[in-house]
Amino acid sequence: MILEAKGISFGYKKGVNILDQVQITIESHERVGIVAPSGFGKTTLCQILSGYIKPTSGQVLLDGKDIHKIEGYCPVQMIWQHPEKSVNPRLRMKDIIAEGDEIEDRIMDGLGIERDWFHRFPGELSGGELQRFCIARALGKRTKFLIADEISTMLDLITQSQIWKFLLTEVAERKIGLIVVTHSNPLMERIATRRVVLDTQL
Amino acid sequence: MNNTGSVTVLQKYQRKRLNQRGQTLMYLAFGSIFLLAITVLGTLVGDIAITTNFTQKNFLPHMAHPFGTDWLGRDMLARTLKGMSISIYIGLFASVISAVIAAILGAAAATLGKKVDAVITWFIDLVMGIPHLLLLILISYALGRGTFGVVVAVAISHWPVLTRIIRGEILQLKEANYIKIAGKLGQSKMKIVVKHMIPHVLPQFLVGLVLLFPHAILHEAALTFLGFGLPPEQPGIGIILSESMKYLSLGMWWLALFPGMVLMTAVLLFDLVGGSLRKIIDPHSAQE
Repeated sequence: MILEAKGISFGYKKGVNILDQVQITIESHERVGIVAPSGFGKTTLCQILSGYIKPTSGQVLLDGKDIHKIEGYCPVQMIWQHPEKSVNPRLRMKDIIAEGDEIEDRIMDGLGIERDWFHRFPGELSGGELQRFCIARALGKRTKFLIADEISTMLDLITQSQIWKFLLTEVAERKIGLIVVTHSNPLMERIATRRVVLDTQL
Repeated sequence: MNNTGSVTVLQKYQRKRLNQRGQTLMYLAFGSIFLLAITVLGTLVGDIAITTNFTQKNFLPHMAHPFGTDWLGRDMLARTLKGMSISIYIGLFASVISAVIAAILGAAAATLGKKVDAVITWFIDLVMGIPHLLLLILISYALGRGTFGVVVAVAISHWPVLTRIIRGEILQLKEANYIKIAGKLGQSKMKIVVKHMIPHVLPQFLVGLVLLFPHAILHEAALTFLGFGLPPEQPGIGIILSESMKYLSLGMWWLALFPGMVLMTAVLLFDLVGGSLRKIIDPHSAQE
């Protein structure tokens, strides 16, 4: 599968575009890193690529089909930077994880999710534990592209490496395209096969 | 050196007191039972409240008539209970109507686009901008006073605050990450509303509804007191209070004191019930 961004422009204020005519093409075996300083629209680009925001001009195409016209499960899944905001605080983890595709036990084990966490509420888990659930949730059977926006900043180094090791093998096995945003250079070097640099003309 | 002493104190403290959640639940139960009792008793007293007995005029409070009797020999306890229950019924009815209006308008403002939102927000500001009592009097007067006038006036002037709350909650929810994510995970709009939105908004709505009661009751009483509300033959709390005005200067203090205290207690209790309910329902303060 191919994820294409064609001439994407977007601005939060009228007349001020933070993204201007962005072109990206990603194939599903690639691992692309997005590099830019803070406030240059990395997260915005991620949200546009996964169909959360409509760009003011341009299109995001998944195998030639507009991403906003896809009904039901979206093959492009994004993992957000803040896991606490990504889950409904009123639901138990087992109900949260059940919203998407069924997640295999292999994935749960690979991410180090313990069985007794399923009966807890999000408030009873740490940020790192919650983020593992969010990653697992995004790895449903129908996922073809995974967008990871600073997903490991709140994790300690050992957990970080455990999770990335698992994610990289999983992505390679299932031929899932990976788009990564991170400020950590070593991580970027290890993960990304290709980099996209958001540059400014201001 | 004081270690043993402080430990003992701590244990005593823990043994004696309920935890905060238990205490809140107790307030809730106490308030609800008390209000229910007033309502039921007031409904049951029936004709005692309007039966005159000229052999027992102007009695001070004593054993047979704990609240005293008035200038027609009517038992003030029965009248107060009856009046309070009428006020509670009217308050209940009016605040339910108000809350339903608020739910519909709030949801419409949040979901039907910017133009609808602008119109509804404008109406909220309009109704909130007019002095409350003035609006109540105008509506009630225009509808020919009486029970109908009071209920309509209270019902259609109390929705703005709750409408704002519901509108705000839904707007916030629509932007919540987890709801957007649920959509991308293939959940239908209907499922998102049932699973994510209603469980979040419904408790707020219920608490808002309960907290509308005291307002509705007070405003009903005020309206009646000023003569724009219930007819004199119905012993509403407002009627009792306004009639007692004439006799206050004759030293008949019990005619105003006890009904006034019951009204105040009921209003404070409704506030307590609403506040406790909010504390228990809100996950952030449930254990406080």
